[in-house]
Amino acid sequence: MSTLTQIREIVVMNLQSIPQRLGASLVIVVGIAGVVGVLVALLSMSQGLGKTLGSTGRADRMVITRGGSNGELSSFLDRPSVTVIKQDPAIARGKDGLPLASGELIVITEVPRFGQKTGANVTLRGVEPNGFELRPELKIVDGRKFRPGLREIIVGQAASKQFDGLRSGSTLRFRGQTWNIVGIFSTNGDAHESELWTDAETAQSAFGRSGVSSILVSLKNVDSLASMQERLLEDPQLNVEVKTEYDFYSGQSSNLTAVIGVLAGIVGLIMGIGAVSGALTTMYSAVSARTQEIGTLRALGFGAMPVVASVMSEALILAFAGGLVGSLIAFIAFNGYSVSTLGSGFTQVAFKFAVTPGLVFTGLIIALAIGFIGGLFPAIRAARMPVTAALRGG
Amino acid sequence: MKYFGLIWAGLFRKKLRTMLTLMSLWSAFVLLGLLQAVNSLFSGGADFLGANRMITQAKTSFTQPLPIRMMPQIEAVPGVARVSHSQFFGGQYQEGGSFFPQFAVNPQRLFDTYPEWTLSEDAKRNFVSTQDGAIVGKLLAEKYGWKVGDTVPLNSFIWTKADGNRTWEWKIVGIFDGRDSEWKKRTSLMYLNYGQFDEARNPRAKGLAGVFVVRMNDPNQSEKIAALIDEKFENSSDETKTQSEQEFQLGFARQLGDIGLIVNLITSAVFFSILFLTGVSMSQAVRERIPELAILKVLGFKDRTVMLLVLAEAFLLCFIGALTGMLSASLLTTTLPPEFPITTDSRVWIIAGISVIVLSLLIGVPPALRALRIKIVDALAGR
Repeated sequence: MSTLTQIREIVVMNLQSIPQRLGASLVIVVGIAGVVGVLVALLSMSQGLGKTLGSTGRADRMVITRGGSNGELSSFLDRPSVTVIKQDPAIARGKDGLPLASGELIVITEVPRFGQKTGANVTLRGVEPNGFELRPELKIVDGRKFRPGLREIIVGQAASKQFDGLRSGSTLRFRGQTWNIVGIFSTNGDAHESELWTDAETAQSAFGRSGVSSILVSLKNVDSLASMQERLLEDPQLNVEVKTEYDFYSGQSSNLTAVIGVLAGIVGLIMGIGAVSGALTTMYSAVSARTQEIGTLRALGFGAMPVVASVMSEALILAFAGGLVGSLIAFIAFNGYSVSTLGSGFTQVAFKFAVTPGLVFTGLIIALAIGFIGGLFPAIRAARMPVTAALRGG
Repeated sequence: MKYFGLIWAGLFRKKLRTMLTLMSLWSAFVLLGLLQAVNSLFSGGADFLGANRMITQAKTSFTQPLPIRMMPQIEAVPGVARVSHSQFFGGQYQEGGSFFPQFAVNPQRLFDTYPEWTLSEDAKRNFVSTQDGAIVGKLLAEKYGWKVGDTVPLNSFIWTKADGNRTWEWKIVGIFDGRDSEWKKRTSLMYLNYGQFDEARNPRAKGLAGVFVVRMNDPNQSEKIAALIDEKFENSSDETKTQSEQEFQLGFARQLGDIGLIVNLITSAVFFSILFLTGVSMSQAVRERIPELAILKVLGFKDRTVMLLVLAEAFLLCFIGALTGMLSASLLTTTLPPEFPITTDSRVWIIAGISVIVLSLLIGVPPALRALRIKIVDALAGR
């Protein structure tokens, strides 16, 4: 028999005998499923967050904030600056002939999560009427829009699911006043869905502010971005930063993604050590249980390579099964699970865990790597066993 | 105890397998130690904070500064000993430098409400009398090599001066330390004199104090006092929320989301895997030794004793794995930089202890029962 035929025969024979050693074989499957499940779940969290923030904003809309501020919350633009900025010739005009720009005021409010007493920071965004025309992706899914001048609020879909008391028809208390929630809006799952929206001027009067935090503008032509940036930055009356909306939001996920990455790395490494030793235990005992069988095969003329292949293939197949089970559990338990955490604007960003095919692939690679290490040493031991000793049972 | 040698010999009968099982147990307990230490931090940690302080913040959000005119009103509430105020400054030292917190405070009121910070009388007087003065914590001063008399420029991302400039210069007039080891560990912050802060800032923002720190005479009255303060400002545009300093600090951590849930999910996934693995390895070890156990019975060991020997072996295995794992975790947490103040405190050790008992029962009882039921004749005949 050629080596290849030998490998095929011995591998098939070995795999057929796995059910006889089911308990021990399951150790590999369960151990690796644990590692892969936890890793995929952790990574799907940062994947989901990246997805939410990465889908916020478009490249043809600009966010203008005060120079040196690290986000909308710490930014402030006074009324004269707002007027100057809105007059920039690069800004598109709306149906009413006025610049397509919305001065927006950000204040933080505290709303409790479901089942908790302490409040979580939620963004209250005051927008100008043009804020809706600027964002065609925004849809009211329940109720209606707020009316300017009244203390009315609309709530993002994700926020209404994540925090207590944010339903259409309920009320909130801010600064000694009662605000009515009149509708729920959706923006295709981006970061704005974690916010509360109201009329900019109503928010200004209620919170005693005169200016805005940021201005969102739409450009006539994306190419005019550079010239607009230059004009605004060189204007001695202004001190601003101009970014595309896309850059503004996607920059915010990097910090948290890095933290989750480090956490997943540490947890994965330590769990990986545990799983490797589990796999080694199983494969060593599989080899020792088959000592006489291996000895017989060697006596019949099977080479060392086919013996190595049979042990390795068993380890890899069990590991692969473990990886699949782990990914599947992570998918069933976590895919689409929605949570919220503190975003870089110091307010809550709600997002959903996303178990993507890429993550499953990563999980399977890790599973195979653990299986490889777990199979290698026992395979070498099996191949090196002297035939006579093996026949006597080691 | 006299059987310890026997148990030990049984445990290391197959050295390689035992070492590998111990390694799995070790990894499980390292993770348990680290993750539960994180959990401790989020679920109750800040108990070093005195119970006699409360924080009064704007009900809408603590980022909404309260006006300083409220201070005498709060101080007039019966049971309140002293009130200080604190505004987060949000300054950046050097381009791209790491971040440390700074708060603009009234110096004398800070000393009155935080006796935990220790500072020489001279430095205290200087901080009170220097408009642009600042005091820095010992750890922070050591990190940047600051001495009294140095000027530290801070670029605030929140506060602009009246002329639109964002760079504030602060003169270090003192270096403070903590009263005990808990507080010494936390001297990585900086206090700025509210004098220059309010004088120079944008006129729009003048007169805002931030949050108020309320020191009470009797901590047992805290709920009553908190209710009295909040009642005073009800239905005004500056409604307040007063809570213990501990609750206030925990609020920050809770903003991060349900850390506890994630941590406990990982821990249970790890434990399930390890339980399975160790269980299989233990039952295998007993199965191989059935003839030996039968010989023990022949020698006169009672059934119960043999069962207990097996159980003790499972316990010893878990115990060694847990101890080495927890020690590694403790060692790891002490090497972490001070920004991650997690420690494997007594709560974590108790959880680890309970886990050892549960784990050794779960993996030890099935093989122990098997050992109990061994019939000497069958076992010796290899049936």
